[in-house]
Amino acid sequence: MNKLLKTHRWLITRRIVQFSILFLFVSSNLFGWKVLTGDLSTAKVLDSFHLADPYMVTQIFATGYIVAADTLIGALIVFLFYALIGGRAFCSWVCPINIVTESASRLRKILTLYRENIKVPIKRNVRYWLLALSIVLSFLTGVAAFEIISPIGMLHRGVIFGFGFGIAAIIFLFFFDLFVLQNGWCGYLCPLGAFYSLTNRFSIFKIKHTVENCTACNKCFMVCPEKQVLGIINKQSGRITGGECTNCGRCVEVCEDNSLKFSINNYKKNKLIR
Amino acid sequence: MKKEKKMATRRDALRKMLQGAGFLGMGGLAWGGYIDEAKATEVILRPPGAITEEDFLKACTRCGECVTACPYDTLKLAEPGDNKPIGTPFFEPRKIPCEMCTEIPCVPVCPSGALDIKSVSTLDEESKKDKLDINKARMGAAIIDKKNCVAFWGIQCDLCYRACPLMDEAISIEYERNERTGKHAFLKPVVNTEVCTGCGLCEAACITEKASIMVLPLHLITGKVSDTYIKGWDENDEKRLEDADEQEVGNSDKALEYLNGDWEDLIDE
Repeated sequence: MNKLLKTHRWLITRRIVQFSILFLFVSSNLFGWKVLTGDLSTAKVLDSFHLADPYMVTQIFATGYIVAADTLIGALIVFLFYALIGGRAFCSWVCPINIVTESASRLRKILTLYRENIKVPIKRNVRYWLLALSIVLSFLTGVAAFEIISPIGMLHRGVIFGFGFGIAAIIFLFFFDLFVLQNGWCGYLCPLGAFYSLTNRFSIFKIKHTVENCTACNKCFMVCPEKQVLGIINKQSGRITGGECTNCGRCVEVCEDNSLKFSINNYKKNKLIR
Repeated sequence: MKKEKKMATRRDALRKMLQGAGFLGMGGLAWGGYIDEAKATEVILRPPGAITEEDFLKACTRCGECVTACPYDTLKLAEPGDNKPIGTPFFEPRKIPCEMCTEIPCVPVCPSGALDIKSVSTLDEESKKDKLDINKARMGAAIIDKKNCVAFWGIQCDLCYRACPLMDEAISIEYERNERTGKHAFLKPVVNTEVCTGCGLCEAACITEKASIMVLPLHLITGKVSDTYIKGWDENDEKRLEDADEQEVGNSDKALEYLNGDWEDLIDE
């Protein structure tokens, strides 16, 4: 039991953070609390200032509309926050879709579906193309293109304001990740994740690898949702610098050799390597 | 050999690029097509103070602050299946109409500018400050189906008239002799679309199975007169001509020739 707790300590922390944020949003409708109102697109904190999704605001810019200052400043705060903390920390610590896709991924392992060597028809960089496409389409159609189809939006709005048919989209997404493609949505398609992937080059928190301790047990590869960022494992010591790392901490908690740890970015060394 | 390999990769790269462009094009077509389809929904009633539908679709961040603020649960965020742009707020008056709160809680909370507080404010003469005024809201306007409204049959029903928060202004009653019975009167409701806010309290109150008075977005039920027709008796209406195009219409020479010419030329043989 203790071991189970230890190998899931970050996962549990993340779930607590994710559910707390959702609960605070829901409480604004249930009990009238003012801690967090709105939703993940635009929120108001403690009835005093706004936070906004910087990717959404970028799309709105592309439509040719200038949003009000409240939303603009909110988007800037969020952008700087994640750029500082680690771009895709949003994905693993806040985004509610993460709970759905990680459950699908977990179930996929339990059902041993992952052994089937189905050739993956798409590449992980598809998300960057979708990101670019969403901006172009926002410009052409005059609607924030991703926001109108976003399953992330459907899920958090569903939880906060009540579900309708939106739940069907989430179920489809779950089955897609379960049967079609492991981490298919978050790891291949999601343009919001792609957006944050581009922002965390200089962020503070990075996973640090100590090659001397590594026994090449491969456990980190088993749990990592973005395996391509683990290139340095068992090869050289250093930080995981790939923008697609979500700082989820799964590799840290499963590593029994004390070889992977959360750490502060080493800005000097990064410069030397690159 | 090395050179040969390089040639191959260049060819591959080109192929991949075009492949990517193909995928992107197809994806863009499907995605863009869906957005166009979703945008095409014309019959949608927005919260009070909403800017024009085209700008509203750009501006709304789908945060739902207006929905949370609405004390009557009137506003809803569109879900897949509602056939409306997903995530944007709307209301259906037959289910829950807008109760026209004087303090308009849904508008000031909007963080993006999609709901414009100025459009629902008037200048207070005493304090020289803007004061919220829900009567300025133009969410839509009510229209009446005279075929099915029982008041037009001669049955007395003035529920819409009584439900209207702007009674005698937005909906008034016109009296008319009922020739069929010879001793009764029609009490016909009439909507003044210039005053109607589109709250839909009338639609909610209507006693027919499907409401015979209903709210529609203003742009759907209003026409537009060109400069050709002016109310000569109305000074304000004549002002429309001031910035009219002075572009010449037709060919005056031809018209003169026509009038002065031989009439026999005009007859086809």
